[in-house]
Amino acid sequence: MAIIQTSNLQYTFSKGPDLIFPSIEAEENSELLILGNSGTGKTTLLHLLAGLRKPMAGNVEVNGIRLSSLSGAALDRFRGKNIGVVFQTSHFVQSLSVIDNIMLAPYFSGNKVSKSDAEKMLDRLNILAKKNKKTSSLSVGEQQRVAIARALLNNPSLILADEPTSALDDQNAKEVLNLLREQTHALKAALLIVTHDNRLKDEVKQRIELTASKS
Amino acid sequence: MKIIFIAWKNCWQKAGATTLTLLLLSFGVGIISMMLLLENQLSEKFNKNIKDIDFVLGAKGSPLQLILANVYHIDAPTGNIKVSEAQRIIKNPTVKEAIPLAYGDNYEGWRIVGTTPRYAEFYEVKLKEGKVFETPFEVTVGSYAAKELGLTIGKTFKSNHGLDKEGEQEEGHDQLFTVVGIYEASGTVIDRLILTPVESIWEVHNHGDHEAEAHTAIVSAEEHDAEVAHHDHTAEEDVHAAEEGHDHAEDEHAHEEEREVTAYLLIKRLPMAPMILPQLVKNTNMQLALPAIEINRLNENFGIGMSVVKAVAILIMIISFLSVFISLYNALRERQYELAILRTLGGRRIQLFILILLEGFFMVALGLIIGLVLSRVGITMLSDMAKDSFHDEFNAFIFLPQEYYLVGITLGLGVVASLLPALRAFFMDISKTLSND
Repeated sequence: MAIIQTSNLQYTFSKGPDLIFPSIEAEENSELLILGNSGTGKTTLLHLLAGLRKPMAGNVEVNGIRLSSLSGAALDRFRGKNIGVVFQTSHFVQSLSVIDNIMLAPYFSGNKVSKSDAEKMLDRLNILAKKNKKTSSLSVGEQQRVAIARALLNNPSLILADEPTSALDDQNAKEVLNLLREQTHALKAALLIVTHDNRLKDEVKQRIELTASKS
Repeated sequence: MKIIFIAWKNCWQKAGATTLTLLLLSFGVGIISMMLLLENQLSEKFNKNIKDIDFVLGAKGSPLQLILANVYHIDAPTGNIKVSEAQRIIKNPTVKEAIPLAYGDNYEGWRIVGTTPRYAEFYEVKLKEGKVFETPFEVTVGSYAAKELGLTIGKTFKSNHGLDKEGEQEEGHDQLFTVVGIYEASGTVIDRLILTPVESIWEVHNHGDHEAEAHTAIVSAEEHDAEVAHHDHTAEEDVHAAEEGHDHAEDEHAHEEEREVTAYLLIKRLPMAPMILPQLVKNTNMQLALPAIEINRLNENFGIGMSVVKAVAILIMIISFLSVFISLYNALRERQYELAILRTLGGRRIQLFILILLEGFFMVALGLIIGLVLSRVGITMLSDMAKDSFHDEFNAFIFLPQEYYLVGITLGLGVVASLLPALRAFFMDISKTLSND
């Protein structure tokens, strides 16, 4: 069964062209790169897939459940449990330490994850030493790793990454990509990376290109 | 981890803004609470001590001073009046009872008041131990004075002339006063006075003839017994007691023509006393002051000052609520991404709403607690000052019903100040916020 499946997704901003997206399907242990220049609706697509925004037309199904059939708190919960999202720049609750920040994921989604599980995750991403630091004291690369740890801690079946590497140098970009892939395999999840970062093109075989739609 | 924990941590993320808010709020709350405590205790003290005293008869001067000196024992007396001259007023049928007060001496700065046992009875102050003074140079001491002076039954002391302990040492008298009893604590002026028969004061100052003194003392003791027996007042007994007072006055008249006292506390028998008595003091050296009126006047003057202080405190509190609002609102702008992330992680709208409300609540609650502690510290300091200058104290460790309102209103306004930022968090469009990245 496909982890994520979309059909005829469409979105229109009040002052903008209609965005019509190609269908997407991803299975366990799969990687999909969604490429596109700015203005092609990359981030919009990612938000539609994550259920952060409702499409004008079409459907998103995650683990066989239509996101449009969920609403409000139920959708928030579903997203928290099933979808891990990594953003371009990582945002954290400034007042909390690294470990407390990643523990937010199980807390808000209602999953039972122990602190030692969280520490194992940090260890896998090589940032366990920083667990009691404030996130603002970390380097950008370290922050991105904490963000990945947070996205993965709930064992999501779908991992969405929005430009996860574009703020990073080559070395860090490579590392982050590798980490995402490793963890995706470890969790038997599907990984979708939305990016315009050409460095990733050659790394991922399966890709979809978004083009600016003519309206 | 709980939302409460996140909210608490967030409060201290912007330590500067939070500290400023706390300072403002705690000062506002502190001043208001202190005013409430002061007002409450002052008016309680005033009202308790005024009791049923209708008039104070004393020497001419400021009526307020006469009241403060003779009812509250916190100001210097206006002077003395002749016992013989006062008879015309205290024997008047409209007067039910007259309690003499004679000043002149102190012990270690605590006032020794020459009076009759009726004085303490009038305030319903009971004996804790020993007995009530009967003969000259016996004293019965108020609870607070006894505690502070370390006086116990059987102890003797020499008095100093005047009302202040300083600079009067060389004028000290030779006669020894003996403690024969201690009163129970009552919250009235009796607590901080040393009571003795009027004759003690006369004797100390006149070295007059002993027999006359002793006689009067016995008379007043007898009267005291009679009064105790008729403690429950009925109309019939009132008349009876008044007759006794009358006899007593005549006795004094017969024996002490030139005697002086500082004042008489008068309790009226008939409602027309306020019309009749002032006529009688005309063209004398005496005046008749009404405690209720003078204290009202004092409260009015005092009240203006208190109102100004309260208004300032309320202003400070309003500013502090604005500060709560502004700091939450500003933080919201800076923290919109982290709030959006919380939603992405599965956080519900209502959880973000509660988070912001809690942050405001914590700031306000903390400011409130600090403010209430501050006011207690302030009252304790004031109490120490009052102890030095008036031998009186304030209780800093009570919680007034009005303070529950203060707590309720402050917390309520805190919630109101956080409501708009919290609603903004509730209605935030996460996708839009994250797209502005």
